[in-house]
Amino acid sequence: MSIAFRLRGEHLVRALVYLVLAGMSAFMVFPFVWMLVSSLKPFQEIFSGAHFLPQHWTLHNFSSFFEQTNAARALWNSFYIAVATTALSLFLCALGGYGFAKFRFPGRNVLFAFVIATLVIPFAAIVVPLFVMMRNTFHWVDTPWPLIVPSAANAFGIFFMRQYMLSIPDEILDAARVDGATERRIFFRIVLPVCAPALISLGIIVFIASWNGFLWPLVVLPSPHHWTLPLVLRSLQGPPGRTPYDVLMAGSVISVLPLVLGFLVFQRRLVSGIMAGTVKG
Amino acid sequence: MLNSALLFLIYVPLMTLLALVLAVLLNSRYVRLQGLWRTLLFLPYIMSGTVAAAFTFQLMLDRNAGYANKLLGFLGVSPVPWLDNTWWARISLGLLVLWAWLGYNMLIMLAGLQAIPPELAEAARVDGAGPVRIFCRITVPLLRPVIVFSVTLSIIGTFSLFTEPLLLTNGGPANATTTPVLQIWQNTFSFLRVGYSAAMSWIYFAVIVVLALTQYFLVSRRDRYLEARG
Repeated sequence: MSIAFRLRGEHLVRALVYLVLAGMSAFMVFPFVWMLVSSLKPFQEIFSGAHFLPQHWTLHNFSSFFEQTNAARALWNSFYIAVATTALSLFLCALGGYGFAKFRFPGRNVLFAFVIATLVIPFAAIVVPLFVMMRNTFHWVDTPWPLIVPSAANAFGIFFMRQYMLSIPDEILDAARVDGATERRIFFRIVLPVCAPALISLGIIVFIASWNGFLWPLVVLPSPHHWTLPLVLRSLQGPPGRTPYDVLMAGSVISVLPLVLGFLVFQRRLVSGIMAGTVKG
Repeated sequence: MLNSALLFLIYVPLMTLLALVLAVLLNSRYVRLQGLWRTLLFLPYIMSGTVAAAFTFQLMLDRNAGYANKLLGFLGVSPVPWLDNTWWARISLGLLVLWAWLGYNMLIMLAGLQAIPPELAEAARVDGAGPVRIFCRITVPLLRPVIVFSVTLSIIGTFSLFTEPLLLTNGGPANATTTPVLQIWQNTFSFLRVGYSAAMSWIYFAVIVVLALTQYFLVSRRDRYLEARG
């Protein structure tokens, strides 16, 4: 009897566990589904709310999004800014991480502690002085530069690359040096290829952050011609009751779709990157 | 600041607990298809803090058209003024943040759990400890640095919320969801009080530093405790 009881208990626990997981997963996925479904409905149907699935399927919202706003331009802006940010950031963080991981030089530990300390400074605390600097010193307002340059060599990326590079054995690098390879050749031909997994993980994190960025673009890109997708979406918001949610949801789908596809392809690397960034963090 | 503190109290304990429970479930031998569940739960990360997510929630929580009230209607609950009442607006904001960051925190904890040697729980099981006891006496204490790290991130995140309160509720109703960063932004770019908001940035920064130092202190105290026990 006790064995039977235990078996039933086990089944019960298992069912409960799956119920919790399924419930939470549904909660996580539902907004995505809702967004997609709403983007395919005519405006009246969104607000009548009678049916979950569209009664009259339509792609009209998507064409409206491209007609009513400068969406094509914004899509391109978002894309090239994210690519440039990711490329520059990966290069500089790999260089920085390599320096801290594999070279001994006076003041290394102090400098590294300094870099780590900047992790505590939230971006929002420096947004005002940084904006003033971008406007008065660099004259970069309304250019893509403020989005690409200031955050390129960031503390998280340097720390992340350093952690990974610590695991490269010194013997490989020394062997290359003995064979007469230049430092530049070692970095490009040995260090970077070995770090490919870490570079991919960090690249995805940086790309997502740049693509989704809102506060900083909002501050440094006042004119619509330079807007990125989130700014275009925000511009659709009207006074209460006047927001065109149909077009807005279509735009949201367009802004999220590349990330969802990328996520499905790269999710293993992204997950392991985030997990690696926290243990020992 | 007070709003952030309230908001923090609303969702961080819940999020931490849920993240911990989900991580333990995903790490346990009961669950199959762990990769699938992990992917589904982590999916919102790609939309965390986005304009699209804020608007989607705004529509879902709409008093008349939203599905949240519709679902509650099925259960016989009267419609909730999600975005129109000070307390409900805070809860809605918490819900959005919980949705966006729960999976991320779960991953952090999962990473921590996988670093704990399974032998410890095994030994306790042999000694006759039940699963609940193992969870409370072994898993949670060993995971404490990771939990503290996750909570600290959540605190900093809460005080730094910007996109969500701006778009979901515009800081309202009656300033119930105004966060420090939203205030800094409004003062700089709407009211053009740059000096005032620079001063506010310093206070905000000081709060964050104090919180980070507290975390550092909590974690390092634990390490001494471990060392003392050998």
